Amino acid sequence: MKNTYFLLIALVIAISGMSAQSAYEIGDLVEDFKLKNIDGKMMSMTDAKNAKGFVLIFTCNHCPFSIAYEDRIIALDKAYKKKGYQVIAINPNDPSIEAAKDDSYELMQQRAKDKKFKFPYLFDEGQLVFPKFGATKTPDCFIVQKSAAGLKLVYKGAFDDNKEEKEVKQKYIANAIDALLAGKSPEPAVTKAFGCGIKCNDKTKLQTKKG
Amino acid sequence: MRLSAFLYLTVLLTIFYSCNNKVTEHRQSSNSVSASEPQKILKTKMGTEVLVYSFDAFEKNLLQRKEPSVTYVINFWATWCGPCVAELPYFFKLEEQYSGKDVRFVYVSLDFLKNLETKLLPFLEKRNIRNKVVVLDQKDVNSWMSKIDKKWSGAIPATLIYNSKRRVFLEQNFESSEELEKALNEIID
Repeated sequence: MKNTYFLLIALVIAISGMSAQSAYEIGDLVEDFKLKNIDGKMMSMTDAKNAKGFVLIFTCNHCPFSIAYEDRIIALDKAYKKKGYQVIAINPNDPSIEAAKDDSYELMQQRAKDKKFKFPYLFDEGQLVFPKFGATKTPDCFIVQKSAAGLKLVYKGAFDDNKEEKEVKQKYIANAIDALLAGKSPEPAVTKAFGCGIKCNDKTKLQTKKG
Repeated sequence: MRLSAFLYLTVLLTIFYSCNNKVTEHRQSSNSVSASEPQKILKTKMGTEVLVYSFDAFEKNLLQRKEPSVTYVINFWATWCGPCVAELPYFFKLEEQYSGKDVRFVYVSLDFLKNLETKLLPFLEKRNIRNKVVVLDQKDVNSWMSKIDKKWSGAIPATLIYNSKRRVFLEQNFESSEELEKALNEIID
């Protein structure tokens, strides 16, 4: 009987420990994911054998911030894919929530077609991937670099320093990739992204975590 | 010989210092004139003004007010943010309830600058919003977001409530004016 109690307590501790899992910090190895792309196929980062790394951008259809960055994301992908860093866009929103009704899988397909996305646009079904990265809004960006040890987080935060494209002074993502290509570490490695809160009914997934 | 060298050095240093000082003084004064003024003033059809601030001016005018008895409720919102628009009526209701008291409400729009005339003003006009709305230019947002609060992840709605004694930053949306009032009462004496 006592043993059962101990087991139960251990289980409770293990579960609560899991839900309090903190988001990746710079330098951490990140887990690969397997998410459905707009072409109906499942995609993982390890599928891209020749890539040096990836720019993961949590973004969506409805958010005006995301929309303001679409053309910049397309241009970045075009400029850096041939250098080994491709964009992977991921929609983290729950489309069953009224505010995110424009972010359904079907409307993602439509949006990608309309804007002629040349990069994957994945659906974080079940909302399991974005909490691991600690993404809280759209757009929220993360750069992972392939290393001997695995996929390493090297940058997280904003795409650049101004939502108004004409006023941009610091192109954080482009500068970070340039640094990586030159064998250096991105500086800054952490910035703060601004945008629409990720639409999720489970608020524990959106807790602002350390870092 | 030594004394004259010393004097010479002192004079040189004094000149250097005073020149330097003048430069900084000049820079400071030119800054403070422009830095506390709005970049632009818009007007709704109702005749209410909407001031557009850079962060420096915003900080001077809205974050560093220290009148001992006044509490400020600073709500960050945008017309494009659904949850922000949904909670505005709760703020307006509470603002009316506290109209005779030492509480000032300010609604800081983070709308796109190119949309101010096409989205923000029509939004205010359609709803006949005459409350104090200002626009914050998000230029170089990473340099100032933490000056509002270090914990701010960058999502809105978010609300700052402060007075000379206490301060709270709430990155959340409110479901009722009662919920907001509870947060306000924790700051007011």
